[in-house]
Amino acid sequence: MTVRRLIRGGAAPGALAVLVAVAGCSAPSDEGDDSGGSGGQDSVVVGIANEPETLSPLLGYGKDGNSKIFDGLLRHDGEMGLEPALATELPEISDDGLTYRYPLREDVSFSDGQPFTAADVVFTYETILDPGTNNAAKGELDAIDSVEADGDHAVVFTLKYPFAPFAERTVLPIASERAAGDQDVNTGAYNTEPVGTGPYVLTDWSPGERISLTANPEYWGGEPEVRRVTMAVVPDDDVRATRLRSGDLDAAVLPPNLAEGFADEDGMVTINAESADFRAVTLPSDNPVTGDVDIRRALDLAVDRELMVESILLGAGHPAYNAIPTASPWFAEGTERAFDREGAGQLLEQAGWALQDDGFRARDGQRAEFTLWYPAGDRLRQEHALAYASDAKEIGIDITVESGSWEIIDGQLAEDAVLSGGGDPADPDFQLYTLLHSELAGNGYNNMAHYRNPAVDELLDEGRQSGDPAEREAAYEAVQRELVEDPGYTFLTHVDHVYVMADAWDGVTTQVEPHDHGLGHGPWWNVEDWRVRS
Amino acid sequence: MTVPWPAVARLVGRRLLAAVPVMVLVTLGMFAVAAASPFDPVRRYVGDASGASQETLDALRANLSPDGTFVEQWWSWLTSVLGGDLGQSMALRQPVSQVIAERVGWSLLLCAVAFVGSVLLGTALGVLAARREGGPLDRLFSSLAYTLQAAPPFWLALLAIWLFALQLDVLPAGGLTDAGSDTVTAGSLLSHLALPAAVLTISQLPWFVLYVRQGVSDALHEDPVRGARARGVSERTVLLGHALRSGLLPVLTLVGTRVPELITGALLVETVFSWPGIASATVRAATDTDFPLLAALAAFSALAVLAGNLLADLLYGLADPRVDLNEM
Repeated sequence: MTVRRLIRGGAAPGALAVLVAVAGCSAPSDEGDDSGGSGGQDSVVVGIANEPETLSPLLGYGKDGNSKIFDGLLRHDGEMGLEPALATELPEISDDGLTYRYPLREDVSFSDGQPFTAADVVFTYETILDPGTNNAAKGELDAIDSVEADGDHAVVFTLKYPFAPFAERTVLPIASERAAGDQDVNTGAYNTEPVGTGPYVLTDWSPGERISLTANPEYWGGEPEVRRVTMAVVPDDDVRATRLRSGDLDAAVLPPNLAEGFADEDGMVTINAESADFRAVTLPSDNPVTGDVDIRRALDLAVDRELMVESILLGAGHPAYNAIPTASPWFAEGTERAFDREGAGQLLEQAGWALQDDGFRARDGQRAEFTLWYPAGDRLRQEHALAYASDAKEIGIDITVESGSWEIIDGQLAEDAVLSGGGDPADPDFQLYTLLHSELAGNGYNNMAHYRNPAVDELLDEGRQSGDPAEREAAYEAVQRELVEDPGYTFLTHVDHVYVMADAWDGVTTQVEPHDHGLGHGPWWNVEDWRVRS
Repeated sequence: MTVPWPAVARLVGRRLLAAVPVMVLVTLGMFAVAAASPFDPVRRYVGDASGASQETLDALRANLSPDGTFVEQWWSWLTSVLGGDLGQSMALRQPVSQVIAERVGWSLLLCAVAFVGSVLLGTALGVLAARREGGPLDRLFSSLAYTLQAAPPFWLALLAIWLFALQLDVLPAGGLTDAGSDTVTAGSLLSHLALPAAVLTISQLPWFVLYVRQGVSDALHEDPVRGARARGVSERTVLLGHALRSGLLPVLTLVGTRVPELITGALLVETVFSWPGIASATVRAATDTDFPLLAALAAFSALAVLAGNLLADLLYGLADPRVDLNEM
């Protein structure tokens, strides 16, 4: 966990708090007395870029945890370790790895006063897995064969196949059967009027404007000190920065170039949250150029990842050598590759890819050229794609960069490279299996590079099935070393998510974040545990 | 002035009849475009949830995609709409009627304030400019109008936020109420409405100023005005009683034709100011290719335009006795 705090000017924290309060009083948002007068602030207004489509866990809201309104059976701590939430302890797992038993808390109620029981857990999982439920992430629960209540206060999951990281999926928020059971799951009122067990209760959702949450006084984990959390929906980056500066917002997610403008602002901290959110180029196996292992290895050496982090991400990121971030305990030490343009050229030369008159290479009549797509309108991916193409040109590989909508790119995935992104920090299986297993080659948005490597397949299966952490670690380490030998993707960077916020609370940290960072991620992932500074 | 109610009623009736084929064409066209669209609603529904399996995608496609040709889809949509069911919004996971009901009021408020503001302000400035054609006021207002007409509302909105919210710190930069409070009070609503309504007013203003200016200055050269002046009628009465009245006629037509422009302008302004109106839903529907929602919104926009034209014609007929409502 790295939280980099960039406070310039060296003022003492106490003085900062006073400054925040003074600044706060002149701001239009503080006409009420929510600033508490002496610097402590028990409400926070957060500017988010994207509004969730739904607040119902049944359609995927909060599936990675931190949903505020709901709790999962388990939850992640700051280090992404699992701890019990609605369950009283971590699950008991049978020796064959196929049954997971969760004993449940008996003292928990939903915000409508109804008790939480095993029936709600069964309802939540069964509804998500129902073919009529339009939940795009239901594939993540594919391993489940059945979920059954064992009395009122325990549930038992039976899996179709041993799936070692299964417990990570049970951070999924639990919906109330009584509140949601008799509605149309896809369009019912539960999507906008959720009833959960979580630390906050939804008080108002004004679509397109904001989502207002108030502390749940009956919360089983104790009532949060920050009593009001408002998620203001501000799609435009510049407007979000302006409203943050005017004091209208207390915190916001910002692109690095706009966050830089707050570096000298007293009382504001810039927080770079590390993420598993990678950008990588798929190298389709069936393309004669990108499928060639020497080309793949040469590209892997020839990209200047450090420069991409500096120039494209303005330092808010890290070089990526595979899907797993270098800071993760799962990262295989020593698989970092240094930028080596000369080495890459020599490698191609030895492999028979000879330089032609036009400055590009060819072998046996096959020119070293391919097309690289990026989704139109995605500036970050565009810049990565252009930097990649210019690095490749230096070693004589001709990459044509094109943009298009996903509908166009989808049809080209088997032939052409695409600047892809993704990342789920919870378990290496989530990161690597869907990217690399040959069984999923070209299956939907899995394994877009059509990567096929029998050794990797075997290791991935081992990591997925083994209940022994040491065995799993060895398997994933071997996968990462195999990726050095045959890199079916060129991993470029892991993108930090950058947040700027008023420095008015204690206990503000970040988790390693996934690719998709909705309102659950960011420094406010555990706002219920913040303490108001007095 | 007496209102010829029977003629008005006949005009409204004729327009209602004429609206039927227009609405049929608009909605049918909407479904034809949806069928021809290269964009995949399932892809949009899945969004950024990378790693969705083929099985999940196929299941979603089966649940979300309507069956049949676009004409059949249109027919089943039309019959359910006539039965009071606007269908389900894919992007927002809500019934379309709920999406619209929750938001349309705020949009109407914003548009109405801005529209009334731009008509009144535009008329006042246009008359002032026309009073002395080529004078300093005329030059100032005309060149300002041309400049503003060229300025995108989006840019105006950012400028307004920068000036009033950041530099002067007098008006809030967005939202409906103070970000920390949930109750909508009249005072806070007014202060939050000020900037978006002002920006929308200003973006609509140039047309009205220029039309009124042209209309009034043309009227000032007409015989009735010359006659009135010759009779020694005061300049004020000439300007407001004679010239403005006949100069306003083209402006009334403008009222009808500006409605679509107002709607597009409102979309941008609402987005910038996080105004909880229909705009965010429209933008969402368009970018997520949410055709059930788009169809309903397109139908409503078409109705708004038709109503705007009807209103303009009625006003025209009432303002100018030479115009016979029965002939429109």
